Amino acid sequence: MTKEPTATSAIPVVKKKFDLANFARTYMIIGVLILFVVALAIMTEGNSIDPVNLVNVIRQVSAIGIIGVGMTFVIITLGIDLSVGSILGLSAVVAASLAQNPGGSLVKFEGIDVPVIVAVLAGLGVGALAGFTNGILIAKFRLAPFIATLGMMSIARGLAYIYTGDGRPFSDLKDDYNFMGQGYLFSDPNVRLSGIPVPVVLFIAVALIATFILSYTKFGRYTYAIGGNEVAARVSGIRIPRVTIIIYTLSGLLAGLAGILWSARIGSGNSTLGQGIELDAITAVIVGGTSFKGGIGKIWGTVVGALLIGTINNGLDLLNVSPFLQIVVKGCIIIVAIIIDERKNSKKA
Amino acid sequence: MGEYIVEMKGITKRFPGVLALNNVQLNLRPGLVHSLMGENGAGKSTLMKILAGVYTLDEGQILINGQPVKMSNPLDGLANGISMIHQELMFIPELSAAENIYLGRELRTKAGLVSKKLMIAETQKVFDRWKISIDPAAQMKTLSVAQAQMVEIAKAIAFKSKIIIMDEPTSAITEREVARLHEMIRDLRSAGTAIIYITHKMDEVFAISDEVTVFRDGTWVATDKASNMTRDKLISLMVGRELNQLFPKADAKIGDVILEVEGLTRGRLVKNVSFNVRRGEILGIAGLMGSGRSEVLETLFGIYPAESGTVKVNGKVVKIREPHQAIEAGIGLLTEDRKKTGIMGVLSVRDNMSMAAIDRFSFMGVLRRPMIDRECEEQRVALALKTPSLNQQIQNLSGGNQQKVLLSRWLLTDPDILIIDEPTRGIDVGAKSEIHRLMGELAKQGKAIIMVSSEMPEILGMSDRVMVMCEGQMVGEVDRKDATQEKIMELATRFADEAVA
Repeated sequence: MTKEPTATSAIPVVKKKFDLANFARTYMIIGVLILFVVALAIMTEGNSIDPVNLVNVIRQVSAIGIIGVGMTFVIITLGIDLSVGSILGLSAVVAASLAQNPGGSLVKFEGIDVPVIVAVLAGLGVGALAGFTNGILIAKFRLAPFIATLGMMSIARGLAYIYTGDGRPFSDLKDDYNFMGQGYLFSDPNVRLSGIPVPVVLFIAVALIATFILSYTKFGRYTYAIGGNEVAARVSGIRIPRVTIIIYTLSGLLAGLAGILWSARIGSGNSTLGQGIELDAITAVIVGGTSFKGGIGKIWGTVVGALLIGTINNGLDLLNVSPFLQIVVKGCIIIVAIIIDERKNSKKA
Repeated sequence: MGEYIVEMKGITKRFPGVLALNNVQLNLRPGLVHSLMGENGAGKSTLMKILAGVYTLDEGQILINGQPVKMSNPLDGLANGISMIHQELMFIPELSAAENIYLGRELRTKAGLVSKKLMIAETQKVFDRWKISIDPAAQMKTLSVAQAQMVEIAKAIAFKSKIIIMDEPTSAITEREVARLHEMIRDLRSAGTAIIYITHKMDEVFAISDEVTVFRDGTWVATDKASNMTRDKLISLMVGRELNQLFPKADAKIGDVILEVEGLTRGRLVKNVSFNVRRGEILGIAGLMGSGRSEVLETLFGIYPAESGTVKVNGKVVKIREPHQAIEAGIGLLTEDRKKTGIMGVLSVRDNMSMAAIDRFSFMGVLRRPMIDRECEEQRVALALKTPSLNQQIQNLSGGNQQKVLLSRWLLTDPDILIIDEPTRGIDVGAKSEIHRLMGELAKQGKAIIMVSSEMPEILGMSDRVMVMCEGQMVGEVDRKDATQEKIMELATRFADEAVA
């Protein structure tokens, strides 16, 4: 029946006019990023856009950004994942402990020498397992995401402390491992600072894959649908528990990846790594336009949001602003972002 | 009989797109029980919410003891001696009965501190005086529905209310509790309180009330002494409207049985329900609010898993514990509450439309976007959907257009059996007839359609067969040619009578 043209088929699609206000709201964040970059360049007399510094910023942003990608899925479904920082720490110590040069004085496992890939898989596996646990608690035991991941935040950090025993970091890591944090790809050996840092390559890869999943796959539709209206999504045949578990597992997995990259960058696995990074990641996601009311969000927004957070962190460092004041500034940013989000949605409702 | 304690004159109330009350009147005398009767949507509850100050009136006047009063919120109602006991009781489950009674005007000691002891003592006095045997210190959540209702009545008494409105107070309590409630009502009446009693149950009307007023479609129909009324007279007053809307139920060829439901049971509202539907048939399900109409279908669809019963599609038993299993079995459900269980507000029209058929619209998990665009566009044209674009957020569409999108959502899954709960609630006349036309066409294509509706003309106009529900049970089935409003109403209210008889 739907194929027969009926008498009403003449109703045209009303041509949508270009909506400047909407365009501005959507892409405002890019303008804000450019503004900050330019302003900081002027205030630091160009130091902030020195290539060495820029590479440094982007490398730091990778961890926030990779975690932010997972967090984007979580927040679109009206969830939250507070445990990512702790999972990062736990994955970092587990992976680093397996990547130590054998024969050193501070090795975790005396006489055991496994390939770096095993260390990486162990780190990712630990992250995914912690995320999976979050998913089970939320989907099967019906815990609020805030509560489940708050618990996991404490559990994972505690396990990281226990794993390191006396609290000393696992250092003296293999070169192949450190390459993931410190190395460059596509570099020309004759040119200083050429190529792209490995963490940045991975960040770009993660963002591209996530964009594909969110915009071009069934799973992406499920993610938006759950955030848009969970009951309606279920009535439409979506298996909510399954999707929820996959999303939190993904978030844990990406936190694990960030932990590996971070420990590789500094050449040691420390149980305190990643403390507070959940706030940076959540800020990046919200600043990037993902709605705290669910159903709306884009990966590119989170990428830009992470760059903005990284730029601000770095700029305040260069300007010698006290780290305590920096935390205050970040708090203000997240509040402003949420106020903007509220305004956007109340206009449409 | 004394003077009127309440006079409501020329009351008119509009909701967006609906005239809920049209120039309605109601007069109450102290010391009498006044029943309000009418079909769902007749305007009884709306009028009572106006009297209690929950809604404000658009036109008209309310006099209390001869004095005009203006009511703009429930506190005004209370201040004028009016208490309303809602169908869904409202209390704070964690607090005690006494604390709930004095909620918002807690009794204090001389030092100004809230005193539980004082409140419990005062509550005990009220309970003793009215022979209510409940512990004032008991937490509300530990009380039964009937007990909670008694607490609410005690609250009205403690407020010194002279007018108590009870909105379907017996819909969730046992017969013995009904008897106790009626005893309480008679006591209150003797004390000079005016009681307004809203119910669908005929036997109760005659058992308890002194006067009856009947509403229909937002207008006042009649007021008379209960002793002058008969059951038949009441029914004809309630449904006596002419069918003036056209329902284009196309003549569809009725084929084989496609859905068989046997002994479906879940909780209080789905008791051993059995029915079947044939291809090309529209089965209407009628019944009063709370009769279990929607619950039967929600259980069938797996929104709430059934406790027992079997479902067969095309002669094969299917296991449905979750909606996705129902969809796989070829069933679609357009739910009653568009906003709560239908639309995903911030998502686009396209996403909303394609969601239930997303398996068909993807290959190895990757969306087939051109196919989605093409089929959604076909739906837009076929249903004359008014939207600036398929990218528009669905929340920006009118109710009727949202309903069309949701209908499309199920059409795209090409179901054999389509369940539509309140197909045209809250949408304008144009969209309404459009949806009726579509339902007729779908039946013509050999789909089986099950429709729940509170609107009698819709039930009579669209259904090939009408199944009537009452208190979770199927109480009867009427064929299209035998179906009349009176017959259906009688079935829908029959059960209450039989229980007493």
